[in-house]
Order: sequence, then C-alpha cells, then structure tokens
Amino acid sequence: MHLKMKTAISAAALSLVAGAASAQEIRFMCHAQQFQCDAMMEQFEKYEAANPGVDVVLDKVSYQTILESLPIQLAGGEGPDISTVTDYGGLSQYFLDISPYVDTAYWEENFGTFLPWSRSNPDSTAINSIQSELAVTGAFINRTLFDQAGVAVPAEGSDWDTWVAAAREVAEKTDTPYAMAIDRSGHRLAGPAIAYGAKYFDENGDIMLVDDHFSEFVEKFVGWHLDGTFAQDVWGAVGGASYREAGPEFINGNLVYYFSGSWQVGRFEQEIGDLFDWQVVGSPCGDGGCTGMPGGAGIAGFNHTKHPEIVAGVLDTLAQEDNYAEYSAKALYIPGHAAVAAKGVSYEGLSPLATKALQDWGGEVAKLESPAVKLQGYFHNRTVFNISLTRTSQAIAGEMTAAEAVEKMKEDLEKAMAELK
Amino acid sequence: MQMPFRGSWGGFMLSVLTPLMKIVEIPFVLVQKFFGVRRVAWVFLAPNLILFALFAFIPIYLNFAYSFTSGGNILLEDRPDAGWENFRTLTACDNYLDPNSCERDVFWRALFNTVWFVTLQVAFMVGFSLVTAIILNREIRARGFFRSVFFFPVMLSPVVIALTWKWILQRHGILNASLDAMGYEPVWWLVDRQWAFAWSVFLTVWAHMGFYTLILLAGLQAIPRDVYDAALMDRASPWRTFRHITLPLLSPTMLVVLVLAGIKGVQTFDEVYAFTGGGPGSATTLIIQYIYETGFGGAPRLFGLAAAASILIAGLLVILTGLQFWANRRNVDG
Repeated sequence: MHLKMKTAISAAALSLVAGAASAQEIRFMCHAQQFQCDAMMEQFEKYEAANPGVDVVLDKVSYQTILESLPIQLAGGEGPDISTVTDYGGLSQYFLDISPYVDTAYWEENFGTFLPWSRSNPDSTAINSIQSELAVTGAFINRTLFDQAGVAVPAEGSDWDTWVAAAREVAEKTDTPYAMAIDRSGHRLAGPAIAYGAKYFDENGDIMLVDDHFSEFVEKFVGWHLDGTFAQDVWGAVGGASYREAGPEFINGNLVYYFSGSWQVGRFEQEIGDLFDWQVVGSPCGDGGCTGMPGGAGIAGFNHTKHPEIVAGVLDTLAQEDNYAEYSAKALYIPGHAAVAAKGVSYEGLSPLATKALQDWGGEVAKLESPAVKLQGYFHNRTVFNISLTRTSQAIAGEMTAAEAVEKMKEDLEKAMAELK
Repeated sequence: MQMPFRGSWGGFMLSVLTPLMKIVEIPFVLVQKFFGVRRVAWVFLAPNLILFALFAFIPIYLNFAYSFTSGGNILLEDRPDAGWENFRTLTACDNYLDPNSCERDVFWRALFNTVWFVTLQVAFMVGFSLVTAIILNREIRARGFFRSVFFFPVMLSPVVIALTWKWILQRHGILNASLDAMGYEPVWWLVDRQWAFAWSVFLTVWAHMGFYTLILLAGLQAIPRDVYDAALMDRASPWRTFRHITLPLLSPTMLVVLVLAGIKGVQTFDEVYAFTGGGPGSATTLIIQYIYETGFGGAPRLFGLAAAASILIAGLLVILTGLQFWANRRNVDG
C-alpha cells in the first residue's frame, strides 16, 4: 500500500513535470478589431489541436501599441512571439525567417507580391510575414446625402476638383457639417498625391518625396482645409505624428465624402447598418492614375522567439488556402493570398451593400500604380509618411505656408536619411 | 505557585530583549571592526545607494552617452559616434526668435511654447490658488465640501482630464452646443492655435490648482491669529491686512508653490499630449513631447537627438532649482 502510494505520487509529479516541459506557449499580439483577432485565433487553434501542448495566447492591443511599444520591446529582445505588423521596414530586422520550416514555393506563389515588403534587403529570399489583410486606401461617400441633395455622383475617373465641387454642393444643400475628410496619416496623403502625379522616388529609385506634382497637391490640400472643404478637426486639431480618423463623423452622417480605406467596411456594416446608404468610390484620378495606397497588415514572427518551428507552423496553418479563405470571410478582409483572391471570398453575414463594397475594393487593387506599391514596400516609408504628415499639418495650422512646408519636408528627409545611413 | 519574574512588565521585556539585542549586535560589531567606525554609515547606506545608482545615475550616464551618438539603433554598441552634432543641430539658428530659421525648428517651437506655457501657467496657478486658499480659509458655509471639490481634479488621471475637456471643447462638444443653443456661433476651440494653447494652460491649472491651494491653505493657517487681532485693533483695512500681513508671512510658502509649479510646468506632457497631441500644427507641442516624439513616437527614432534635447532641458531645470535655492537662502537670511 505504502509502495503504491509512493508510485502514484511519483507518477503524478512526473506527469506534472512532463506537462510543464511540453507546454509551449507563444504569445500573439493583435491590434485588429476583436472579431478579426478572433478569426485569426480560430486558425491558430487548428495548429494547437494538431500539436498538443502548444498554446497560442492572444494579447489584444491598440494600434498605437503596435506602432510605438512593439519596436521598443523588440529592440530590447523582448515582446511577443508573433504580432500583427504594419511597419514592415522598421521592424524587418526583428522578423523571423520561416523559410526553413515552410514550403517556400507555395508561399512565393501565393504571397510573392508582398513578401519583399518585409525583407530587410532586395536580395533577401527570406519569408518573414504573411499578408493577413490587403487594404487599399480610397473613399466612401454617403450615398443617401447625394440622393437627398439631388447631386449626381461624379463618374468613375473623376478628378479631385470634380469630387470637391460635388461634395461641397451636397454639404451645402443638405446642411451637412463636413463636405470631405481624410484620415490624418502620411500614408493616407500619399495615395491622392501619387494619383495627382507625385512620384516619391527619383529616376535612380531613391526616395525624394517632393516633386512639382507633390508640391502642387499639398498646396491644394492645405487650401481645401483652409476654405473649410475638408474637416479641419481631423488634420487641424492635433499635432505631431498622431493618427486621427474621421470614421465617427461619417458614421454619424456628418460627412459627405470620407477618404480612408477598405478596412472600414466591417465597421460601417456594424455601426451604420441601415441608417443610410454608403458607397465605395475609390480614389479620384489625376496625372498619376486613379491609385490609392496599398496597405493592410501582416503577421510576423520575431527572431527572439524560443519556438521558431511553432511560430512557422502557426503562420503556415493560416497560409493554407482553405484556412485563409475561411479567415478572410470571417475577418471581412480583402485577401492577400493570390489563389484565394482569384477564387473570391464569400464574406460571412454581410449585407449586399457591404459585400458590394468589398468587391469594389478588390477592384481598386488593380488600379494601384507602381510608385504606390514601391512606397509601401520602402524600408523607411514611415519616416516619409511622418514628415509629410507633420509639415502639412503645420501648414494647415497656419504656422507656415504650403510652399514652406514642402521645403521643410525636403530638409527633414535629407536629415533623416543622413541619420539613418 | 511562584512566578519566574516578579518585576514590572518593562523589566520582563528588558530581560528578554537584552540577550536578543546582544545576538543582533554581533554582525554590527563585526562590520564595525572590519570597516572601521567612520565607514559603518556607508555600509548602512549601501542598499539605498545601489538602488539610487541603478535607477538614477546609470540612466543619467546612458542619457549622456546616447546624446553623443547617432543612428536608429537602440543598443549603444551599435550606435555610431556623433560628437557634438546633436547639440549643434539643436542650437543652430539664423535667428533665435524665428523658429523657422532653425535647423530643428520644432525644438525651438516647443521651447518657446514651453516658456510661454510655464509663464502663464505658473502665474494663473499661483493667482487662482491664492484666491481659492484665502476663500477656503474663511468661515464659509460647507467649507469642507468646497475644499474637497477644489482638490478633486488632482486625483484624476491626466488622460481622463484631457479626454473630458476634449469632449467638452470639440467642434460638436457641449460648450459649442451650449453656445449654439444661446444663439452664438460655435468656436473652433481646438483648431484655432491661440484657443488651443489657452485651453491647454487652463486645463493644467484646473487639474493641479487643488494641490497648490492645499499648500497655501496650510501656509495661511500657520500665520498666528494674534497678528490679525492686532491689525483689527489698529483698524487696518482688509486690503492693508492682506498686503502687509498675509502676503509677507505667506511668502515662504508662495516661494515653494512658485518653484514647484515652475518645475512641474516644464515637465508637462501627459495632459496636453492627450488633449491636443501638440497641435494644431505644433501650437501646443511642449518640450517633453518633442523629446518623446523624437526618441520614441516618430520615425525615424532619433534617440541621440532626444537625449541631447533632454540634457538641455535638464540644464534649464537645474537653473530653476538653483533659483529656488538662492531665493530660499535669501528668504532665510532675511
């Protein structure tokens, strides 16, 4: 009896130790909306089920945390094992190359367009992240307000001036507080500037930011804020590099034309419901085409992880076509997976309005111009975005003219590039 | 039955503790023998000094070290030496009164904003706190309640304060809604640079006034009552009493409030950052926000430049503290 007891205790202790040794926890930091993080976790749970002892723990955080805290944590060799990321260039030195653990041909075939974005140099063949969401910047309109005002929606291919005139007319006729608004972000500014003809890169492929078309667009953009066409609260009421969006104004019916991006569809579907009709109208056209900026987010593993194989396995699970299609349908994202995009996604539980919106955004992907794609994959694009954001804001606030702001942007870029060399 | 100790309770304790203390003494005697009597104090201070060194001296040293480096890497060994370049670029201006002419114009805008901010904030803070303290020192109805009311904002989180006032002051906030209801045009409180700055000053005064009021109230209550009685007997007017009795006797406390409010003013960051983000443009960007955004918030992350800026500001704070010492000494010496 005594021996039996001893054996039982030893067995229990051994199993506890073995359990502790086999429990492999990896932490996943996610900045999307809860249902989107949950959709990712559903796929990760498939890996957990196939690999007992693996535990993927979700840490839901704000976008600000991803932008500001995550880089500091990673620089200190800390942080999650996996995270959603948007600043590919800034974080590329910390990404885990999962190519030794996955079928590289499959990844190249399905994510090849986006893999260079997260590589630290053009010659690299590393697989560092999965494009979990493809986003395109562009505009939404409050269709109900257009109909109430009896103003025709500008035809496809219309330029900024046409859209400005139409939105102003609608705002005046319907007594809507804001005609237009654009999220306060250098990324959001880049799409319209490139469509206007800005190149961002010189003929050698080096970043230059400022050219004649860019200067001209900034001049117009500042003017539209000063004459009240654009909601001044968004770009004018905050400083620094703070991100600010005008989603609540659009949702509350206080805004006619909202330049943001495809990621808003799920939110508008949930929060606007049938209060009014809204519509995707993409990007206004100009000398540089009708392009927005590509974007979205990826999911990457980090090289400090103690479980690189698990990290790779988790990402590879999401990368599988069926899983990715299921995930995109639930998260309401435009797929960044070539095969899934080609077959189309049957979005779950969406109204016809939102389904059409997502399809329209899918159509906008084809309109992306090469400077936009190149800028999104550029290593120091956040630096470029922040410079254009802060200086344009200063011009809108009246601290300097648009021309002076553009000159300052040139100087800032030179200094930043010298510092980063 | 005979008790083992017949003396007092104190005697009992003494008899128990004396041998115990002798045991406790052993390591101290050893330490004293080993280090000598004069150095024993350092042994006792050591734990605190080690902690202080870890959390104060080493960060200060690192800050200096970073300020002479450049690049975007965070680890010191990966950062190239920059010499005095960060200090040079921060202080390079064609005309120091025109920030646009400076190499790092936002640093100078932030510095000017901070000087203005501290000047206005300290003036209003001391003025309002003094008036409030004098009122709360009188025999008014519900005095305890009002003392709590004025102190309440001090207990709020800076972010809560900022968001509350942002909610009140935004384009469709309750202040504009009230103006609209009364037939007035709404005002762009947070889009207009002057208004945004003025509200930032107001917000910080509102948030911290209770603390300084409390200090001044304590100072007022420390003034002997008989001095006022003598003034009353001499038929001194309330104004003369205030000017010739209250103010001079309150001046040491006022000095403390002035210095504390000044230093706190230079350090202001959280409320204003959450309130306006430093905008519109850079109208409410204060120096600490500049340091934060240069080093952490923006891209590229210029840790060296941020470290150099923080050293310059530390210099400013040292001057302010020196002024405090000087003023204190002058006050003590009469």
